[in-house]
Amino acid sequence: MATATDQKIVDSLARCGVGFLTSVPCKQLAGVIELADKSDQCMHVPCNKEDEGMGLCAGAYMGGRQSCIIMQNTALGVVVNTLATLIQFYHIPLPMLISYRGEVGEKVACQVEMALHTKAILDQLHIPTYHFSDSRDVQRLDGILTHAQMSRKPIAVLTDATFWRSAQ
Amino acid sequence: MIRYELLKSILPIIRGHLVVCNIGAPSQELYALDDQETNFYMLGTMGLCSSIGFGLALAQEKTVIAIDGDGSVLTNLATLSTIGNHQADNFILLIVDNGSYGSTGDQPTYTSGRTSLAKVAAACGCENTASVPAENVGEVLREAIAMRRQSVIIAECQSGNVDVPVIDLDPVNIIERFKTQIQDI
Repeated sequence: MATATDQKIVDSLARCGVGFLTSVPCKQLAGVIELADKSDQCMHVPCNKEDEGMGLCAGAYMGGRQSCIIMQNTALGVVVNTLATLIQFYHIPLPMLISYRGEVGEKVACQVEMALHTKAILDQLHIPTYHFSDSRDVQRLDGILTHAQMSRKPIAVLTDATFWRSAQ
Repeated sequence: MIRYELLKSILPIIRGHLVVCNIGAPSQELYALDDQETNFYMLGTMGLCSSIGFGLALAQEKTVIAIDGDGSVLTNLATLSTIGNHQADNFILLIVDNGSYGSTGDQPTYTSGRTSLAKVAAACGCENTASVPAENVGEVLREAIAMRRQSVIIAECQSGNVDVPVIDLDPVNIIERFKTQIQDI
């Protein structure tokens, strides 16, 4: 069931002109995906893997639509080459809305393993990263999306378990 | 017919359309044959040509021809299921199937063995999928464009490359001129 926070995220995407969204399934981002799928303003095309999704986003951007990918932080292990040689090399703006698993409160030990590498990978790639840990952080999303489009860079929004727990 | 000869034979058909071309030898050969501002050359990121082309076709209405290869499609097979489940009448995926990894020295791919990309694409839900001898690709491609029909054309080619230079264009130049052309054509 989508929450008010999910709606705020989808509204922000619409306000910032995001016209193409791809996603892999995620329990925390399920509400956002559900609402985005119903949105008239944004085309939603689920992908099988995140590098494929970034290819779809790159093409949609070339076709005139601002794009966004919804993914989990574990996927950063999949997309390093795509971020460097496609998104960054061709100066393609790409906000990544990421569920940040493996932080305090996590129940699945394996999730912690990629959480350890998440910010290090983003730092190594010089990707601007914004960590949301309170539902009020959603107010920053408009500015972040606009910044990605202005600078033509990938940016990462890490939404952790505390953010989703405080979401209403 | 090798890839270079196939590309040469379809130049008059693809010119003026939006073309997304695969990394390595395919892009280098197309660039050497007939550089167009409507060509998007991949300089990296093996496997994503089909996905980039499909995203482009979904985002706007003009015809998009993605020229991919068997080796690259094998690295991103699942995108065929994305393509097969979404309709874009303006999308044509042309897979140059020469049964080899051309850019790395013509090592065999599994399509030279028991794997059929035509069957995979059809099983993924891609309608209008056909395996076509290289000599007949032009005719099939022309018809797919004219009929405005989402298609997957698998061009049966022989293995082999032509010695052409590396692409010396800046990536930002490639994408910016391409985006400008979309508005103009």
